Amino acid sequence: MEILGLVNYALYMAIFIAIYALLALGLNIQWGFAGLFNAGIAGFFAVGAYTSAILTSPAADGRIGGFDLHFTIGWIGAMVAAALVAWPIGKICLRFRSDYLAIASIGVAEIIRLVIKSEAELTNGARGISNIPRPAGDFGYMESQIAYLALVLGVLIVVYLLVERQFNAPWGRMMRAIRDNEDAARAMGKNVEFRRLEAFIFGSALMGLGGALFAHFNRSITPEAIDPMVATFLVWIMLILGGSGNNRGAILGAAVVWIIWSVSEIATDQLPHEYAVQAKYIRLFLIGLMLQLVLRFRPEGLLPEPLRGDLNGRGRNTKSGPANQ
Amino acid sequence: MDILELVNFYIIPGIVLGSIYALGAVGITLVFAILRYAHLAHGDLATLGAFVALACVTALGISPLLALPMAIVATAAVAVGIDKVFYEHLRNRPKIVTVMASLGVALMIRSVIQVVWGVDTQTYSRGIVRPEDYFGLRIRDREFYTVFAMLLLVGGLQLFLTRTKWGKAMRAMSDNPNLALLSGIDNKKVVMLTWLVAGGLCAAAGYFLGLNTELKSLMGWSMLLPMFAAAILGGVGRVEGAVLGGLVVGIAEELSVLWIPSEYKAAMAFVILLFMLLVRPTGLLKGKVL
Repeated sequence: MEILGLVNYALYMAIFIAIYALLALGLNIQWGFAGLFNAGIAGFFAVGAYTSAILTSPAADGRIGGFDLHFTIGWIGAMVAAALVAWPIGKICLRFRSDYLAIASIGVAEIIRLVIKSEAELTNGARGISNIPRPAGDFGYMESQIAYLALVLGVLIVVYLLVERQFNAPWGRMMRAIRDNEDAARAMGKNVEFRRLEAFIFGSALMGLGGALFAHFNRSITPEAIDPMVATFLVWIMLILGGSGNNRGAILGAAVVWIIWSVSEIATDQLPHEYAVQAKYIRLFLIGLMLQLVLRFRPEGLLPEPLRGDLNGRGRNTKSGPANQ
Repeated sequence: MDILELVNFYIIPGIVLGSIYALGAVGITLVFAILRYAHLAHGDLATLGAFVALACVTALGISPLLALPMAIVATAAVAVGIDKVFYEHLRNRPKIVTVMASLGVALMIRSVIQVVWGVDTQTYSRGIVRPEDYFGLRIRDREFYTVFAMLLLVGGLQLFLTRTKWGKAMRAMSDNPNLALLSGIDNKKVVMLTWLVAGGLCAAAGYFLGLNTELKSLMGWSMLLPMFAAAILGGVGRVEGAVLGGLVVGIAEELSVLWIPSEYKAAMAFVILLFMLLVRPTGLLKGKVL
């Protein structure tokens, strides 16, 4: 039975890693390709989760929907909804330096949290939405976990191939040009604001998809399902540690950070109750410290961004333009 | 609803809340203008200031008002320390990397507060304070202190910035850093002074929020958006603009409950922020746009 428990735990971890890897890939499009600082990842995640939940769950009293649609429609809906939220924010904020986007995206996440908590006819308030169908959820427990993992991995591989293709395509080259030297890219006739908006929307759509996968995995979604600051921050540290600008790095970072995060949780669960609460915050402190250490000692991450045709290797640290002033 | 009721229940709380936002927004605007990045740990630094004051009150048994100067000094020192340890080595990297580091610092400060003081709400002094009646205007003593202290601190800062050598150096760094460095201004001292001022004001903002409401480990984080909205509304780099912005955001939040459900009070700051970025990113008083 021990072995079975371990296998189950490994499956559970693997599904979470795949979902977080999707979020990290989404952030990689925004930060790694385009140098955009999105501090509201949890907001886009929640939009995706709730959209898919409303579209696919069976009809229920007291709230809109329960449209009982197929899960693929729910997932596409989640991506569209997250993109629609990203669009006006990007439209307003991307004319300025990325600092403004950082502040505004914190605001977006906050507003989304408020909407989810107070619009009960849409989200069922604090009770959340349950009975979300899980694809292949009718099998036994373990078979169903395996089937869902296969599905999530399939989505991840498709997304990875598409994002990697974009990275090597002229579009990716152009995005990196805009990121590293905005003025030069503008002088070459690139529409900087529009391209940044594209990257911001694509990345946000992926985060929405990650949210939908999470909701279907849990079969329910509540406002307390994820801690916004912790989720956002975990995705950031995954990307920075793994290597921003490198898609494989993003996936590796997701695996490494999630394993550290979960194992430390197992360790703190062994503590007596009065220390367990404090230990949770010590873990948060250490995650914050980890970001500082990576930024200081290995800013390029475990797998640095591949540099093509740049033999002297400079410019590795030039995110969003050269160091100014 | 008559005019007195409007003033008592919406305008006066708005001015008090606005003064608290103003104290934080002045620090944000200085960091944004002089060091040129958005400091996302500002709210949590304010929380730290509030809890340091609480520690002084409970450990030394002094009145909350005497704890304010101690909290200001301690938080200013912490702010300088954070800059030395976490931000200084990022100075030659793109500024957005420091923004990211500040998000990490925000998380770290918050978790320290949660470990040391726990997550329950606390207050400086127990009991209900009844407001005094001034010709129909109902004002509590602590509300007077808040507005008065804000005017005093910001007024003092304005004098410092316009009359003293180092204040002028700070303004020069804000206007044109290259020229300022060429003319021999010591960058390190200016950075340190900026953090002393920003940290001190931050502590005051957190302290007065705690005095007028209660102390929570997340109270600073929820203040971050209004403070940034105030700084941008007033114009980045303009101290008097940050005060004006803070007051506008505070009053707008309190008045908003007349029209929208009170759950969305916190959304007002965000609406103001987006609106300003859309129509007038330089702010009301012509600040800078980075």
